Amino acid sequence: MGQQNIIDIQVSELAAKVTAMKSEGQRLVQICCTKLPDKLELHYSFDKNYDFTSFRVTLADATVKVPSVSGIYLSAFIYENEIHDLFGIQVDGIAVDYKGKFYRTAKPRAFNPEQTPGGQA
Amino acid sequence: MSGRTVIPFGPQHPVLPEPIHLDLVVEDEKVVEAIPSIGFIHRGLERLVEKKDFVDFTYVAERICGICSFIHGMTYCMAVEELLKLEIPERAKYLRVIWSELSRIHSHLLWMGLTADAFGFESLFMQSWQLREKILDIIEETTGGRVIFGSAKVGGVRRDISADKLQDILKKLRSYQNQFAEIGGVFLRDATVKHRMQGVGVLTSEQAQVLGAVGPTLRGSGIAADLRMTGYAAYGKLGFSPVVETAGDCYARCQVRIRELDQSVDLIEKAAAQMAEGPIEVKVAGTPTGDFFARTEQPRGEVIYYAKGNGTKFLQRMRVRTPTFANIPPLLTMLGGCQLADVPVIVLTIDPCISCAER
Repeated sequence: MGQQNIIDIQVSELAAKVTAMKSEGQRLVQICCTKLPDKLELHYSFDKNYDFTSFRVTLADATVKVPSVSGIYLSAFIYENEIHDLFGIQVDGIAVDYKGKFYRTAKPRAFNPEQTPGGQA
Repeated sequence: MSGRTVIPFGPQHPVLPEPIHLDLVVEDEKVVEAIPSIGFIHRGLERLVEKKDFVDFTYVAERICGICSFIHGMTYCMAVEELLKLEIPERAKYLRVIWSELSRIHSHLLWMGLTADAFGFESLFMQSWQLREKILDIIEETTGGRVIFGSAKVGGVRRDISADKLQDILKKLRSYQNQFAEIGGVFLRDATVKHRMQGVGVLTSEQAQVLGAVGPTLRGSGIAADLRMTGYAAYGKLGFSPVVETAGDCYARCQVRIRELDQSVDLIEKAAAQMAEGPIEVKVAGTPTGDFFARTEQPRGEVIYYAKGNGTKFLQRMRVRTPTFANIPPLLTMLGGCQLADVPVIVLTIDPCISCAER
């Protein structure tokens, strides 16, 4: 398999780091969220020539606003709508924002049900 | 300009075996925008990992999809094996290749049948599925199951295939190659099929790259990307190179899948020839710690299993990024500007697996 790197970054660094990946010719592979007992983790993963890099952003809770990277990688909009609909993550400025209507799950924020619609944990 | 109308496509639709919904914004017969929504059958299987121990969860991972079930199970096992620092036996790696490629053949034949049905070519649909049945018979002979193989396990595989059985399988596959050529030839040469597919649903290589397309959708747009190139399982020893077409239309995606049928048979032949006798599993010890992204190539493209362990027998997180999910943005681009009558064919050429996407 190719190399695999997981790098911790701050929310404030996200846009600059993702822009740098774009200029290196990296492909956005996926964005995912993990709910841990005391925090949330976001992974932004990239690939170039099968080498895999993932930026890990830690959030204290889902009230922390995250800037959208869909202005840098358009395909990010699908993942950002997903983490909003399933985890209640507040993503600012999604290029194609379905406003909570992308996932038609019976229960809203199914992976983070404690989260209230306004973003208050 | 005429007024715009919104036409709902799905979640129940004759060409869709599973529910996905598109709001199609049309002007006359031209689609100007497609707005997707999913989640109608979302099962929340990822969260079951909090209640099933990491060994038992293989059963759940295999049930994420009824078409590429083995590859789901195998990729999950690869993620856990990495966390446990387990090196599986060589023979298990080759067996994983053989079952992965049998999955790819039956999946592509399933797709060919569904697509033929979508554009009204019923005899081609039946011929494709008749051939798929024979592949399912081979899978049943080697695993005991036709849909769920139950053969992947953390630490290797559950079953072996004897040398005699392998030779029998190879003989059958070689004989089926003539039928692949016959059915594939109809797809690639028939004027009515070409009429429905050529120049329809075009995705340029730039769009495919920017929009994160994967699998035959990406390779049909001229980009030679295939996770088998990373050499996981035993692919690194089989001299693999991806099938690529450049037109970027429905026909190109169809060409990729048809050419991959023969490629899969070649890979099975090479794996059978190189596979030495030996153990098929190693003992699993310890509990998973850390996090890892396992990536493999399913029939529809790259699948990613993210596993995060904290040293207990339950993983903290298991996330599946399925190829169908990654192909939604490219699909929305392909649909923009197409004719309403072409929507079913375009949707089918990404080979959507909603069961996977609704894991």
